[in-house]
Amino acid sequence: MNVAIIGIGLHRFGRSPNMSGMQQGASAVRAALADAGLSWADMQFAYGGSQDGGNADALVNELGLTGLQFTNIWNGCATGGSSLHAAYSSIKSGEYDVGVVVGFDKHPRGAFNPRPKEWGLDEWYGETGLMLTTQFFALKTQRYMHDHGITEDALIRVSEKAFTNGSLTPTAWRQQALSYEEIANSAMVSDPLRKYMFCSPAEGGAALIICNADKAHQYCSNPLFLKAAAVRTRHYGSFEVFAPSQAMEVADAPTVTASKAAFEQAGIGPEDVDVMQLQDTDSGTEIMHMAENGFCEHGEQEKLLLEGATGIHGRLPINTDGGCLANGEPVGASGLRQVYEVCVQLRGEGGARQVPNEPKVGYTHVYGAPGISGVNIITK
Amino acid sequence: MSNQVPLHEGLFTWPAAKPQLLGSRCNQCAEATFPAQPDCRSCGSRQTTIVELGDRGILWTWTIQTFMPKQPYRSDETPETFRPYGVGYVEMPGGVRVEARLQANSPDQLQIGMPMQLDIIPFRTDKNGNQKMTFSFSAAQGV
Repeated sequence: MNVAIIGIGLHRFGRSPNMSGMQQGASAVRAALADAGLSWADMQFAYGGSQDGGNADALVNELGLTGLQFTNIWNGCATGGSSLHAAYSSIKSGEYDVGVVVGFDKHPRGAFNPRPKEWGLDEWYGETGLMLTTQFFALKTQRYMHDHGITEDALIRVSEKAFTNGSLTPTAWRQQALSYEEIANSAMVSDPLRKYMFCSPAEGGAALIICNADKAHQYCSNPLFLKAAAVRTRHYGSFEVFAPSQAMEVADAPTVTASKAAFEQAGIGPEDVDVMQLQDTDSGTEIMHMAENGFCEHGEQEKLLLEGATGIHGRLPINTDGGCLANGEPVGASGLRQVYEVCVQLRGEGGARQVPNEPKVGYTHVYGAPGISGVNIITK
Repeated sequence: MSNQVPLHEGLFTWPAAKPQLLGSRCNQCAEATFPAQPDCRSCGSRQTTIVELGDRGILWTWTIQTFMPKQPYRSDETPETFRPYGVGYVEMPGGVRVEARLQANSPDQLQIGMPMQLDIIPFRTDKNGNQKMTFSFSAAQGV
């Protein structure tokens, strides 16, 4: 059984002061249904997730009490990847033919403030100021730069590319391109990462209509195919967020194992991918994720970024809509925004940010606390 | 003089002439972890022993926390009195890298590979006036 994506919808990321997180989720579902030419009553199942926007299954109050199976998914920043994986499995198993995946959120301003107990940690860890995602990404980036000869130039170029792409994306939150100097001179937040190298918690919604591929042409003329969906957690020794200690022997990140599993499922390799979305919580993580997902060797990123290889017209177009850096991160929706953007690119509907030469294979990667990765491969 | 009490029991030996960080080591696979836990996250064994991890180590990575964190951060500071602090992972002789506050808070004071020493320092004052003590690292002296 193959799986198709027949509808995509986005409620613009950023701030929607007059709408609840739930309403933004409903808005994304309505957009995806309209895109597929279907109605809510046609949906046989739904998977949804949100961190601060409420229980996803309460969306039925907005969309209609049709009695469908609606399962809430929560996997930190990787919630979108996990929701899509659940939908993929529901179609693969043959249980259902068509359903929806939705994510939404509405975070207050500023960094996230996680509760230690929810992550299996004691209060002292949070009280003493060790439990910040920004800190972890800085610590991991710092060590990575040391081990692989990455310089600040590469960090700046990732942000420069993100905001350039954001300026070409009508739905992006940050639509203003920033110069190399503006990024290089922005305030240091957590060494080596500066203000314009971090994404911000935000608001927004994203939804996808997923369908049995054998029936996809009944609904639409341009289905895309979800060739792989893999979610993996951390192994002993991988260096992850919210870890009071770290083993001496560093193991592969969950991104490495999720990526390998997805490529195996799809029967293709990194060299076959035309357009990709890699989790860019900050510019350091995008650099690390390039190698962890198999798109380059560790250390090669410096040269690739200098050459502009990850830009829209480069050979590895990464985060064509500006990624998390330009869109912000409403946790529940973020992973599905990545899939939305890859679908836009494969359909050739990217406008000013369209990757040239009709991309045929897309890739998305989401990463979340406390060490979980979700990878999807989508083809024409 | 107020009393000094550990912020959390079991993280370090204290008071002591030479306080040591405490962790646990698996009786089966010998992997160490911090803080101590009754089961082993490497092999899943339920047999672990509390061990001293040492009081000196090598800085494995670092950053500087420049803004005052929101809750769950809980110090005596206000946004006005907040002082940036270093954070790092320190490779301990006990065979594990431990995340800790660092007393240095400027990039020119920190370098991967530098020797560090454990300090038990006052972190905040509780409602009874007791000083809550926590662990921290600074550049090692007399090496």
